[in-house]
Amino acid sequence: MNNLDIATSIAAAHTNVPGGLLPALHGIQDALGHVPSDVVPAVAEQFNLSRAEVHGVVSYYHHFRSTPAGRLLVQVCSAEACKAMGADALLEHAKKHLGCDVHGTSADGQYSLEPVFCLGLCASSPAIAVNDEVHARITPALFDDIVEEARQAS
Amino acid sequence: MTTTVYVPRDSAALAVGADRVARQIEAEAIARKVDVRIVRNGSRGLFWLETLVEVATPEGRVAYGPVTRADVAGLFDASFLSGGAHALNLGLTDEIPYLKKQERLTFMRMGMTDPVSVADYEAHEGFAGLRRALTLAPAEIVQQVLDSGLRGRGGAAFPAGIKWKTVLAAQAPQKYIVCNADEGDSGTFSDRMTMEGDPLMLVEGMAIAGIATGATEGYIYVRSEYPHAIATLNEAIRHAEQAGFLGDDILGSGHRFRLTVRKAAGAYVCGEETALLESLEGRRGIVRAKPPLPALQGLFGQPTVINNVITLASVPIILSRGADFYKNYGMGRSRGTLPFQLAGNIRQGGLVEKAFGLTLRELLYDFGGGSASGRPIKAVQVGGPLGAYVPEAQWDLPLDYEAYAAVGAVVGHGGIVVHDDTADMSQLARYAMEFCAIESCGKCTPCRIGSTRGVEVIDKITSNQNRPQQVILLRDLCDTMLHGSLCAMGGMTPYPVLSAINHYPEDFGIEAPDRFAA
Repeated sequence: MNNLDIATSIAAAHTNVPGGLLPALHGIQDALGHVPSDVVPAVAEQFNLSRAEVHGVVSYYHHFRSTPAGRLLVQVCSAEACKAMGADALLEHAKKHLGCDVHGTSADGQYSLEPVFCLGLCASSPAIAVNDEVHARITPALFDDIVEEARQAS
Repeated sequence: MTTTVYVPRDSAALAVGADRVARQIEAEAIARKVDVRIVRNGSRGLFWLETLVEVATPEGRVAYGPVTRADVAGLFDASFLSGGAHALNLGLTDEIPYLKKQERLTFMRMGMTDPVSVADYEAHEGFAGLRRALTLAPAEIVQQVLDSGLRGRGGAAFPAGIKWKTVLAAQAPQKYIVCNADEGDSGTFSDRMTMEGDPLMLVEGMAIAGIATGATEGYIYVRSEYPHAIATLNEAIRHAEQAGFLGDDILGSGHRFRLTVRKAAGAYVCGEETALLESLEGRRGIVRAKPPLPALQGLFGQPTVINNVITLASVPIILSRGADFYKNYGMGRSRGTLPFQLAGNIRQGGLVEKAFGLTLRELLYDFGGGSASGRPIKAVQVGGPLGAYVPEAQWDLPLDYEAYAAVGAVVGHGGIVVHDDTADMSQLARYAMEFCAIESCGKCTPCRIGSTRGVEVIDKITSNQNRPQQVILLRDLCDTMLHGSLCAMGGMTPYPVLSAINHYPEDFGIEAPDRFAA
């Protein structure tokens, strides 16, 4: 199945779910890694919404991406509790180490870097997540090790 | 003989390698031919000791921490399975001062049980509140919650019983219970701990709310940043359904209540209750104007109880032990306990559940042990990113909703973020405005535009461009945001900003505050 067919069938499965658009978009992103803009019209048709309404929802929420992420999505917590333990410096280190800016993807498609507002590990700061796997009390050296281990595993 | 070993499955333990520790214990046990049963419990909330491994002994549970994979073989050598001496031996878990000094009511089971085991939950007073609720009339349940003095633990501190009473009185074909588990505030993790470490308590609280108000459907709206919480909740709900505590006929009582977990999508403002409802309905999370109140026209236009995780999780013990028991903790109009969350630059960060009325100084030093960096503590943000920075002069105030409000601060959900003396308060104030600019839903002008102007004005102050005038402008802008915003996002962003400039004017390059606005 191509992206359009996958997205259409996921959307169709959610039209009877109350408030089903968000769960449908989650399903599409889980399946495709992002919500491509060219599936938006098909999703809109399933939910009997305008394309603008669906686009509005996709673009409103930070979680939904309209472009694919790198093979590893690295999230660095940038909220106050992590800032108090050096998160800003860690984010700078991450940019250099991964070779991409925040909200960017490295040229080789290996990494995407996102600042995240709170992973709920505020007593174990600073914290990061690599493809949903959380890590706490991060130093630059530990950051490099974790990313390298995740890269080899992926 | 089988020895039970506990290795937490809480994210804060997983984030420092708890899974590896558990696998290593399993491997060592097999290699040494000893019989070990590993229970993945919740966290005790002593995060600097994670991974905190506990061993069941005849004298009680003995704690070892912080344990890494490399320590495991040594622990076996030191016969930790019978509580043997080791550098990481912390003694009996219950006797650890940090835990012993607490008043754990809501968190009484936290870290003791297998989070998704109904049998374990019931063995520790679980579902006693629901069983009692089934013997009461709906109005009597609501009265218990009213009498307990329980106020919303998400931050706004609105009496929970009033919301329930309004929904009970409303006539509608369908009513809903919605749990706000969009715990987006930095410095808070008690909701996450509950969902990962004792989710059945939340399930029970929501079922009681449903029976009390006549709601048959419940939704838990959980942040997408909490994948472990979502997975654990879903597992707990499945087990509760199988055991008859959820479904079409709860324990044969004829009451119906179903629960659905909904994954959020990373918009901070969806922690605001009306934005959350919009998001649950499948739209952008834009704040609604009130009235109508959600209690009358909430989810899908129907009467809706919307409470935070800890509020709902506090209900089972209120029902099982009675409103008076709960009310006897606390002070003034702040009744019961609050799970305080010590975070940021603190040596012993973690969860401290205490009755209202203790002071910040006690939390910072008696529990927290001072800053993690060893430097002097400079500022403490209480109540999340929209809470005020509290200077040392106010650390002896009792933590009580009214006492904090009187000095322009908020207790909120009890999230406490500590900064040492390297913090630049002008940059933290700028960040508060910047964050509001990123996360504003855009519906009202003071929040949408004010936050962007706020960043610009603070930049002018710190770079000394017309500084005195810009300070006046910033205060004026904060006044507009405080009084003109539709919800707490814009309405409370001035709290950190004004408290920073009032209490730490030197960080802004000004000598003394010209006036104290908030």
